[in-house]
Amino acid sequence: MAEPILEVRGLVKHYPLTQGILIKRQIGAVKAVDGVDFDLGTGETLGIVGESGCGKSTVAKMLVNLERPTAGVIRYKGEDITRLSGRALKAVRRNIQMVFQDPYTSLNPRMTVGDIIGEPYEIHPEVAPKGDRRRKVQDLLDVVGLNPEYINRYPHQFSGGQRQRIGIARGLALRPEIIVADEPVSALDVSVQAQVVNLLDKLQSEFELSYVFIAHDLSIVRHISDRVGVMYLGRIVETGTDAEIYEHPTHPYTQALLSAVPVPDPTAREHRERIILSGDVPSPANPPSGCRFRTRCWKAQERCALEVPELAVPAEFRGVEGPAAHDSACHFAEEKHVVP
Amino acid sequence: MANTASKLLEVRDLHVEFRTRDGVAKAVNGVDYGVDAGETLAVLGESGSGKSVTAQAIMGILDIPPGRITSGEILFQGQDLLKLKEDERRKIRGAGMAMIFQDALSSLNPVLSVGDQLGEMFVVHRGMSRKDARAKSVELMDRVRIPAAKERVTQYPHQFSGGMRQRIMIAMAMALEPSLIIADEPTTALDVTVQAQVMDLLAELQRELNMGLILITHDLGVVADVADTIAVMYAGRIVEKAPVHEIYKAPAHPYTKGLLESIPRLDQKGQDLFAIKGLPPNLMNIPPGCAFNPRCPMAQDVCRTDVPPLATVTYEGLTAERRSACHFWKETLRG
Repeated sequence: MAEPILEVRGLVKHYPLTQGILIKRQIGAVKAVDGVDFDLGTGETLGIVGESGCGKSTVAKMLVNLERPTAGVIRYKGEDITRLSGRALKAVRRNIQMVFQDPYTSLNPRMTVGDIIGEPYEIHPEVAPKGDRRRKVQDLLDVVGLNPEYINRYPHQFSGGQRQRIGIARGLALRPEIIVADEPVSALDVSVQAQVVNLLDKLQSEFELSYVFIAHDLSIVRHISDRVGVMYLGRIVETGTDAEIYEHPTHPYTQALLSAVPVPDPTAREHRERIILSGDVPSPANPPSGCRFRTRCWKAQERCALEVPELAVPAEFRGVEGPAAHDSACHFAEEKHVVP
Repeated sequence: MANTASKLLEVRDLHVEFRTRDGVAKAVNGVDYGVDAGETLAVLGESGSGKSVTAQAIMGILDIPPGRITSGEILFQGQDLLKLKEDERRKIRGAGMAMIFQDALSSLNPVLSVGDQLGEMFVVHRGMSRKDARAKSVELMDRVRIPAAKERVTQYPHQFSGGMRQRIMIAMAMALEPSLIIADEPTTALDVTVQAQVMDLLAELQRELNMGLILITHDLGVVADVADTIAVMYAGRIVEKAPVHEIYKAPAHPYTKGLLESIPRLDQKGQDLFAIKGLPPNLMNIPPGCAFNPRCPMAQDVCRTDVPPLATVTYEGLTAERRSACHFWKETLRG
C-alpha cells in the first residue's frame, strides 16, 4: 500500500442516552462506532460497506470533523486531527471534503449553483481571490460535466444526477486531498449512477484524490474500491483488497452479505447458494457480548460470547500465502466462495 | 378475446396523464401487459418511467385529479375495472388484488396497533367481529414469520424494524388471499440481508396461493432472481417485453442493453462503466418518434419521426412471446 495519508486508530463514538428532564442522568450509550482502525493510502479508494445502523456514516462524519470522536485518533499525515481547533482545524478541513448522499437536501434551494460551489471560497479566501471566483466555479462546472453557463441557475432546475455533480464540484472547490463520499450514488437512477461513478473515477486520477467511499451497495463498492472494509454494529469485521473480500471472504457476515446480493443473471438463481440470516441487527445501545455478530451467526459457539475476536489475520491462515490470509475478526474464520 | 380471457389481469393500451399548472405530463402512453395466475411479471424502469402510475391505475388509487385515465382497458378476471363504480372496485381491492408499497413506515397508520390494521381487513370485507379478526391477525403475523406474534399484535408500527414492517405490509396484502399482488419496490428501502428474507417470503406465499405477482422495481438483480417475464418501461411505454432468461442473454432494445451494461457487477471488477448518455425525457415534452432516440447510440432519422411499434421478436430457439419497440431490434439483438 502507498504511504497512508489517513490513519484511524481505535475510533469510538458513543451517543449518551439520558433520563430525567432537569437533572439528566446518563443511563447508557448508543455505541454507534466502537473501535475502528484503518489506513487510507495516498491516491487510494477505501470502500466501507455495511447495513443501516452499522456506523459507517458516523465514521464519515468523524473523518471530516462534523462529529468529535469519544475516543481514538485520526491522523492526517501523521498529525492527530481530533483534538484540533481554530485555525489548525480549518486548515485540515480544507484538505478533507465530503460529498453527501442526498443531492436534494444537501444543496440550499435558495442559493444559485455558483454560490453553492463558491461558498467554500468564502471560508478559505486564500484559495481563490474574489475576482477570480466566478471563473473558478465555471471551471469546476466544466470539470464535473455541467454547462458552465448554468452558474446562475438554482438546484431545482437540475435532475438528481446533475445535482450530485454540483455536490461533487463543491467538494472539489478547495482542491482537497481526501474526499469522503457517503452513499454518493444511492439516490440516483441506474443509468445516471454509472455516469457519476465514472466521473468520480476520472476526478481521482485527474486530481490525485484519495477516496473514502461509503455505501451499502456491494457491487458499486467493488467497482470503485482498491480496498474494502466491512462494518457490522460499529466495528470493522473484515478488511482486505477487493479480490480478497469478494472472492475469498472468511468472515461469516461478509459471506452472508455477499450471498444476499441479487446478481443480474437469471441463470445463477438455480445453483447459487444463499445464506439467509435470521433476525435483525441488534441495538447498538446494547450490543451482544464477545463477537457482535454471534446472535445471527450459524457458526457461533460459547467462545464467541466470551471473547471479542480481534481484527487480524486469523490463526488458520497465519503464515499462509494467498488471498485468504487477510484481516478477519472471527474465531472460526473459513474461506467460502459465495460470489458466482 | 377468447385467448386472453384466461389471463388473470390484462392491461390494454392504457393512457394516463397529469394536468398540472405547467402543462400536461403524459405519464403512461399506451401500456399493454398481462399476468397469469402463479406468474411473476417484473416491471422495470427508472423514476418517471410510468411503472408506478400504471400500478396505481390498476389498483384504482390514482390521484384524480390531477391524474386522468384518458383511454385503455384494465381487464381483471375478464371484467373491465375502468367501467366499474367506485363501490364495486372497493370490493375487488383487497379481496381480488392487493398492493405492497415501498415505504412500510409511511404506509402504515402510526396511531393504530398493527393488529387493528390487519384486523380491519377482516372486519370490513368479511364482517368478522373484532375478537375473531384479532385472532386472524395473529395467524397472519405467524404466517409471515414475525416472531412472538401473539405479544406483538398490540404493538405499533414504530416498534417494528424495517424488515418486520414490510412483513406486516405483506401480511396485510395477503390477508384476504387475493389472486393478484402488486408489489411496488417492496425491498428497495431494506438492507440486503433483510431484502433476501422478504423476497423469499413473498415468493413462497405466491407459490402457496398461486397468485399472480407484478413486481415493480428498478433493480436488475432482484428481477433476475424472481421474475418469469420482464416488461421494461421508458417514458410511459413498454419498450421491451421478454422471458427473463432471454432478455439477460440478449436484449432487443438499446435502452435495456444500456441498463444491463451500466450496472457494476459483484462478480466482476470492470474498467469504466458503460453509461447511457443524457437524461430521461421530461414527460411534458416527450421527444417525437422513439422517446429514447436522443440518448440512443443507434438512432437514425426514422427514430426521430416514427414511433416504433411493439413488434414481435423472433429468432431460432425462442419459444415464448417476445417484443421490442425498436426499429432496429434485429441489429440490437446481434450486438
